[in-house]
Amino acid sequence: MKTQNEMKLTFQSLSVNEGFARSAVASFISMLDPTVSEIADIKTAVSEAVTNCIVHAYRDSVGVIYIHTKILEDRRVLIKIRDRGCGIEDVEKAMEPLFTTQSENERSGLGFSVMQSFCDKVKVKSKLNKGTSVLLEKRLSQKEKIK
Amino acid sequence: MLSKISFDENTMTVNFMGDIDHHSSRQIRGEVDKLILEKMPKHLIFDFKEVSFMDSSGIGLIMGRYKLINEYGGGLELLNVSPYLKKVMKIAGLESIVKISNAEQITTSQSEGLN
Ligand SMILES: Nc1ncnc2c1ncn2[C@@H]1O[C@H](COP(=O)(O)OP(=O)(O)OP(=O)(O)O)[C@@H](O)[C@H]1O
Ligand SMILES: [Mg+2]
Repeated sequence: MKTQNEMKLTFQSLSVNEGFARSAVASFISMLDPTVSEIADIKTAVSEAVTNCIVHAYRDSVGVIYIHTKILEDRRVLIKIRDRGCGIEDVEKAMEPLFTTQSENERSGLGFSVMQSFCDKVKVKSKLNKGTSVLLEKRLSQKEKIK
Repeated sequence: MLSKISFDENTMTVNFMGDIDHHSSRQIRGEVDKLILEKMPKHLIFDFKEVSFMDSSGIGLIMGRYKLINEYGGGLELLNVSPYLKKVMKIAGLESIVKISNAEQITTSQSEGLN
């Protein structure tokens, strides 16, 4: 499938950037004229992935977060959120609902569950001490063409 | 995130405003907890009328306060929860733990204070 448009973002893992990151992706996607609920779904999923980079990947440090967003011709949106942080030892286990390594900081272990229920597909690749990449895929509903 | 906190007899109401995420919940958490421990309100109401966004950090914020108030027998209620917010809360199964009101339903404890 051909890529219709793409966008790359690089920013520091500071919590103040969480709002910026999800809004930037949402405003890029807005060229597809998505529904309010599609925008909300994408913002929420992006926020989960970005927050994970900040609170887990770069837990005691500040690193760089990369977002690569692609819009495909069939109205599929692919968003890759990547870090060079600590990595995940067992991805399958990390994705289980309620699994968290930070319950002391009021994390509830639901970030991946939220991503999965707000997107069509969530793919996670990770290497210990190298980093993690989360690929979110969502197909937007068809719009009637207005000429 | 801005928020308004008000008291009425044994009810403490927090009106959240804007986005609830990891960044903003960290800020509001300390302020809310300080007042809970100081006043020990019997009822705690979280009003989401002005909330435009919430992710799983909001779940942590709600659950954390629920545990705190539950320790001394207080109750938590969530007010003005939009369908979008409900979708997030459902993932955590919040509706089986705390009372969630959809529209602009005013609880008895709140309406008493409106006169
Ligand atoms: N980018 C990442 N780098 C390192 N570890 C991660 C990353 N993302 C997730 N994890 C690990 O996976 C676990 C589950 O993540 P998930 O987002 O589902 O829950 P959480 O972040 O712990 O809690 P919540 O998202 O509900 O606040 C985390 O506790 C953490 O151990
Ligand atoms: Mg998370």
